[in-house]
Amino acid sequence: MSAVARFSDNDFASGLRRRRIKDKAVTGILSLAMAATLGILLWVLVYVAIQGLQLIGPEFLLSTPPGNPGTAGGGFLNGILGSLIVVGTAALVSVPLGVAAAIFLSEFGGNWFADAVRFLTDVLIGVPTIVTGAFVYAIWVTRFGFSGIAGAIALGIVILPLVIRTSEEILHLVPAQLREGSLGLGASKSQTIMRIVLPTAMPGIITGTMLAIARAMGETAPLLLTALGNDLFVELNPTKRMSTLSLQIFGNAVTGFQAAQARAWAGALTLIAMVLIFTALARFFSRRSQVSR
Amino acid sequence: MASLEVVPPETKLEVKDLSFFYGDFQALKGISLDVPSNSITAIIGPSGCGKSTLIRVFNRLYDLVPKARVEGSVLLDGQNIVDPQIDVVRLRRRVGMVFQKPNPFPMSIYDNVAFGPRILKRKGNLDDLVEHCLRRAALWDEVKDRLQRPALALSGGQQQRLVIARTLAVEPEVILMDEPASALDPIATLKIEELAQELKKDYTIILVTHNMQQAARASDYTAFLMMNPERYGELIEYGPTPAIFNRPQNKLTEDYISGRFG
Repeated sequence: MSAVARFSDNDFASGLRRRRIKDKAVTGILSLAMAATLGILLWVLVYVAIQGLQLIGPEFLLSTPPGNPGTAGGGFLNGILGSLIVVGTAALVSVPLGVAAAIFLSEFGGNWFADAVRFLTDVLIGVPTIVTGAFVYAIWVTRFGFSGIAGAIALGIVILPLVIRTSEEILHLVPAQLREGSLGLGASKSQTIMRIVLPTAMPGIITGTMLAIARAMGETAPLLLTALGNDLFVELNPTKRMSTLSLQIFGNAVTGFQAAQARAWAGALTLIAMVLIFTALARFFSRRSQVSR
Repeated sequence: MASLEVVPPETKLEVKDLSFFYGDFQALKGISLDVPSNSITAIIGPSGCGKSTLIRVFNRLYDLVPKARVEGSVLLDGQNIVDPQIDVVRLRRRVGMVFQKPNPFPMSIYDNVAFGPRILKRKGNLDDLVEHCLRRAALWDEVKDRLQRPALALSGGQQQRLVIARTLAVEPEVILMDEPASALDPIATLKIEELAQELKKDYTIILVTHNMQQAARASDYTAFLMMNPERYGELIEYGPTPAIFNRPQNKLTEDYISGRFG
């Protein structure tokens, strides 16, 4: 009658053993994969930390590189400020624009135009960032020269499609019942989006945005062709050529001087720390501003 | 239809020869029924017969579905609400809806109830209104000490009553309930049904349910919908609930309520 009765006890026991072995094997493989992933991540972090901690300190964070790259000491203050300005400007334009585009795609996106935007966004994500840099070089730098603004334009183009795509995915995750509930109460579509959909999606949008910004912080190739770099002094005027952390890490790492390479390691650690701090801050504020979860 | 024993009440919603299409697919055909005011009208029928579609016509929530199309008319106090020219936002303030799955917004209990009045920029004391609505939804005593706590921390039954309170706060005339108790346990279900009885004094309630005991217990009128062989929903029988359950005129109704299919 029952399915079990058709098997002998022996069959049952061996089947059970096989399933247990399979279960253990799969669990083992997955644990190994996780350990490997985590291991590589920790290795990178710890290695950068060990190398970077040798030099990082007030002097490194508050001074500019020495005139002669072979000289020890000095710091990346101009790169830190440059990264904040260039990436900040890029994010200031790209994030609101990207989130707005994502709202359009997710809430009004049932037509050919939205499909075209989605397709182009995907294409843009796939464009190598050096190509983006070359593009900005061609249309901007040839006319106005190297500048922080040119760098911000390049980074803005790099992160815009990332912000659009991640935000759209998050907005799709907002349950349709919430939209219906709001519309059913006589809220207009814009009220529903601004008061229900966006607040609900906000933590996810912020996470996606932070990932995009972290990506921009580390980009070097497009900046070589746009912001160019300026190792001599602190430059706060974005219409002039500007250093960023990523450019300084690259510049110092390739010199071959031990002192410069030490600065590059400390710069790498600073970059990681900055991204971590931003992410933590964003998480903190999104949790506070969000109504509940 | 045998409805001679009741004095004909005032009609709140008059459905006339209503057909509904999702693109080429016809979901409803030729539905006509009069929903009396200050009563509970149950809509029953097997899965997929168009019950939910029908009540989503009543607040034009089907507008969200691309390629949805309506023929016929639905008169709310004599005004045709399926007219494309009508202001759906205003309509939805008059016709509230409670959904199958409780859908409180991810904000505090208080803010959930205050959501409607706030977006409509209603004047008056919001605290009083929130308390009044929660009391009417029989939830006040359970939540009065934690109005600022997240609504999602409430139990399913409490969430559903919160959604009802939220609906009451925009002062609708008609409340549509789409299987409001299908995700709830029996005790929470009874609470919702008692609440519906209480609310019908002031509101017209249309209750979609696939639970026949619930229809028999909780409603004054019952409409039985069924999918015809060509897969569109049709109204088989409509009348006072006791008549539908005790003396069904149609063989299909009798088979359905006696549990022979569905």
